[in-house]
Formats: sequence, structure tokens, C-alpha cells
Amino acid sequence: MMLFKLALRNLIGAGTRTWLNVFVTSITFVLIIFMSGLYQGMFESNKRIMIETEIGGGEYWHPAYDPQDPFTLEASHGLLPDAIADQVTVGVATPILITQGSIYPEGRLRPVLIKGILPEQQVVALPTSTLSGYAGEAVPVLIGAGMAKTTKLKVGDTFTVRWRDAHGTYDADEVEVISIMNVENFQVDQGQIWVPLERLQQMLDMPGEATFVVASQETNLLANPGSWRTMSVDALTEDFRRIMLTGQAMMSMMYLIFLALAAMGIFNSQVLSIFRRRKEIGTLMALGMPRGRVIGLFTTEGGLHSLLALVLAALYGGPFMYWTATNGIPLPFDYAEIGMLISPRMVSVYPAGLFVSTTLLVTLIVTIVSYLPARKIAKMKPTEAITGRIN
Amino acid sequence: MNLLRRSVIILMLSLIWPLALSAQSEKVPTASELIAAMDANLTAKTSIVTSRMVVHGRRASRTITSKSWVEGAEKAFTEYLAPPREAGTKMLKLEDQLWTYSPQTDRIIQISGHMLRQSLMGSDLSYQDMMEDQSLEDVYDGVVEGSELLNGRDSWVMTLTAKKEGLAYHRRKAWIDKEWLLPMREELFAKSGKLLKSSYAEEVMQVEGRWYPKVWVFKDELKRNSKGTEWIIDEIAFNQPIPEAQFAKAALRK
Repeated sequence: MMLFKLALRNLIGAGTRTWLNVFVTSITFVLIIFMSGLYQGMFESNKRIMIETEIGGGEYWHPAYDPQDPFTLEASHGLLPDAIADQVTVGVATPILITQGSIYPEGRLRPVLIKGILPEQQVVALPTSTLSGYAGEAVPVLIGAGMAKTTKLKVGDTFTVRWRDAHGTYDADEVEVISIMNVENFQVDQGQIWVPLERLQQMLDMPGEATFVVASQETNLLANPGSWRTMSVDALTEDFRRIMLTGQAMMSMMYLIFLALAAMGIFNSQVLSIFRRRKEIGTLMALGMPRGRVIGLFTTEGGLHSLLALVLAALYGGPFMYWTATNGIPLPFDYAEIGMLISPRMVSVYPAGLFVSTTLLVTLIVTIVSYLPARKIAKMKPTEAITGRIN
Repeated sequence: MNLLRRSVIILMLSLIWPLALSAQSEKVPTASELIAAMDANLTAKTSIVTSRMVVHGRRASRTITSKSWVEGAEKAFTEYLAPPREAGTKMLKLEDQLWTYSPQTDRIIQISGHMLRQSLMGSDLSYQDMMEDQSLEDVYDGVVEGSELLNGRDSWVMTLTAKKEGLAYHRRKAWIDKEWLLPMREELFAKSGKLLKSSYAEEVMQVEGRWYPKVWVFKDELKRNSKGTEWIIDEIAFNQPIPEAQFAKAALRK
């Protein structure tokens, strides 16, 4: 305890030098925790959005369906196996039929995916109920806000859509935008239009068929749904998780740079401190303090930087992190436009483990860089140290 | 009075008689006969064509020059010669398969599925339009509806309705020039009856004793304000020998 008190007194006595090191280390603390939290938040938020608006509690895919391979889309439609059809009947799953087509808003050609969905479904958080009750002659369509922006379409606009039916014959009809939805998931927004499932089945001459089925979060996924494949939430978010891991590895490099900057400052300060305080070291040793305790004193002094930095980081970083965790940071740019699933407001998530691991890591590195210069003390002779000489 | 009446009858008969005679002499051909006559003009065992495709955009027009080697309806090889951005791009069609080669990436890509519906070099034609190689007579029921004047020239009007599933266009309507026996205008319809595409011959030429379109204009009718795409034939030679190697995939990289 005496050593700790002495180390703290010495450290505070060093004045500006100490506070500069503490400040730099606190910035490292805050940056590492903030950026990790932001990244974690982004992952959690995007996964939540995907689950709510797109994948629910998992999906059942037609055997030929592969969303990564557009060549498979033409053959990816069929009647639902009985077990899946039963889930659809009780409303815990909703079938979706997809085909490729072209739309001509204001006479300009634009390739799209035409997706058919049950208007009454409540499995995914899309406002599909707006598709029911349409009394006009055109085909009612629901589009996302991103799609509306890029195509300059608004509610009430009509345009032509062209597609090919199950047999490959071109067909075309007029459609009317009856609703524009604001979903943060570009994967259900950009480059696609949503129409009532039954209408699309008629248009394509594919009665009762679907491309895939989304199961509700509240239901258990069927392990063996006939010829169709079961895709769990983990499997559907696997690519996204891998992208995040790759990003995390890149960010770790950045953390190392921050840590290295803080560590270099403390290391430099320790070297200088030992050089300038060699008479004091000699006196302590001459008065009977064992070398190990002198080394301990200087290592504690260095290590205390991390403790002070933690307190300082908590003072200014705490409120900042609380704000980012509750309000989020609004992004100035809509990443959906460049095909990235990033929420327009990034809300950070700070798990307790993140604080513990970051504190341990910074403290460990600061202690190591404090100890390394202090090892020199072990080689000092007290008589020479008192006279100011050092080997 | 009798003389006047007789004179009027004679005058009327003299006017109507030649028309009646011509009507009697003009036999309305069947759709099969018309298709066969058009095929005689348009198809050959082989053809080697140098052509330009003028794609009219909203702001500017682009001219793409190419040379094609065609054997029957199932084999075609095209090399793009200009502009520099497209030069060296090659395309090979073998029956229902299509490959393209891009010198920039040095890669051969097979065009299939939805990509076949994409526009060919930004034109009003799709790759799918290029792929049609079935005989019209085999897949459509044709009816000659009569004759009409098209740009001042007498033409047969023929409607073709799909007689089997799987055809890109459910109905076609063609205006066939009675003298040249060429389709001077064609309209392609969706199942719903909506007009999807149209094409017309703007200029014709006589090559090796047959009539052939010199300038052909294609238009996507769903595009608003579209000026269409012109296809201009600069040189064409029929029934020239083409080595089999020309239609090998390896020829794409040469």
C-alpha cells in the first residue's frame, strides 16, 4: 500500500508529463471501446433488421433456389411441400414468389425483381396489408423508399411492367404504386416491386407456387420439410457475420496502432523518469529498499497511468458512449444506395465484456512498457546511482 | 334517257371491270407461302455480314460496327470492330447457348437466364431476340388478313399466333411487301395484347438476286421517346464457305 501511495504521489508530482500520458491512454481506451461498440451495434442492428423485415425465424428454399446465383431464379418455383403448406395455413410462415422483369417508369427501362407476397401476412415487418383492398384495374404494387427515390415514383403513379411467364412468353401490364414503405433493409427495397402473391401467380401461370417461404420468429423451423431446404437464421446471416469478422480484424490493426502510440508515450516517460531520478533510486536502495521494490515502485508508477486514464476516460467517454448507445449516430449518407445494409442511425452496443477486456488489455500493455525500462534499475549500484552515474 | 343510262352502265363497268379482274387474278397467299417466300429472301446456308448498329440514346447516339458469320439459324459468330471500347468483343451463338468474350477482362461469359433479357450493347434488342432460331411456321399459326398500303407500297398483312407454349412473343403482326416479299414492318405483342416491340425496314437492297433489308429499325415500344436502334447492312455475302473452326469457343479468344 505504501508503494502504491508513493507511486501515486510521484506520478501526480510529475505534472504535465503524467497528464499528457494519461490523456493519450484515455483516448485509446475511449476509441477502442467506442469503435468496438459501434461495430457491435452495427452488427446487432443489421441482424435485427434482417430478421424483422426479411428472414424472420428462418426460411425454406425451393431446391433450385440460390439467391447468390441469378441463373437459378427461372427454375426456382414450385408447390409447397405439405409440412410447409400447413405452417402457411396457420399463418406462421409466408410464401414468396420471385421472378425477374422490367419496369418502365416514365418510359425508362429498369430491370427489377417482382416479388409476390401474401398481403395479410404478419411474418415479416413489411406493410403488405396495403396491397389488399385495391379496387383499380392495374396491378397494385408496394415499393421501398429507396426504390421510389431512384425511380422517382410516388404513390398513385402507374407504369408498365414486363415479365415472362412460366413458359417463357413475354407479358406486360400496367401497375400502380399504392404504397411506399420505409424499411432500413435495402435487400427488400432496391430493385424490386412487391405485388399480391395470388396476382403474381396468375401473371406467371404458376398457381400455388413459391420460390421460398419465410417462417415466423415464433415458430420452430421444420428440420426436414420434404424436398425443400431449411435455412436457419444463422445460416442466412452467415455471410454477413463473416463480413463483420473481416472488418473486425482490420479494426484490430487500428487498435494496435492506438495502443502502440499510448505505450510509446509511457515507455518514453519511464525511460526519462529513471534517468532523471537515478539519485533518488540510489538513495532508496542505500536506505535499504530492495531492488525488487524499487522496480515495483517504478512499474506501479507506470501502470498507474492506465488507472488514471480509465478514470479520465470514464469522465468524458462515459456520457459520450451513453449517448451513442441510446440515441445513435445519424449517418450523413444512405448506404443502401451503394448496396450496403447499414442502418441510417448507428446505435452502439457496449457489452460488459468489452469494458473488461479493453481495461485488461490496456493495463497489461501499459504495465509491460512500464516494467521494461525499470529493469535497468536492477543493474544499478547504489553508490554510483547516488552520485548520478548510470550504466 | 335509255342511251344515257346505257352509257353510265358501260362507263361504270369499264371502271369496275379491271378492278374485278385484278381482284380475281390476285390470289391471296397462305401464311406458309408467305413465310416460305420471305425465308427464300432472308435465309441462306451461310451469310457473312458487315453491319453497323446505331443506338440512339437520350442524349447521344453510338455506332457499333461488327462482322458476323452465320450458318443456318443455329450458328452465329460476331466480332465487334468499332468503336474502340467495343472492338474485340466477340459473341458466339450455338443453338440455344450464347457466349461473349470481352478483351478487357479476357474472359468468356455465358449469357443465360435473365441476362438474355438484357439489352444488347444498350440497343432496343435483347440477347433473347438474337437467339430466336425456330421456324415461324413451326411455332405459329399464321393468318393472312388481307392487304394494306404501307408507305405507299402494297403489302400483305399477316398475323401469327403462338401455337405452343414457351415462345417469347405470343402474337406477331407483319406487313410483307407484295413485290419484294420482305417483312417491311413487324409488331411483337405480349400475351395481354400489349405492343412490346416493333421493327421496320427503312431501306431495301438487291443482293445476289434477292431482296434484302438494308436499314432495319428496331424499337422497344414500352420505352417512351425511344428513337429505336438502326441496323445498317454495309456488306453481305450469301452461301460462302465458313470453316467450322469459326464456330468453336476457342475462336472467341483469337
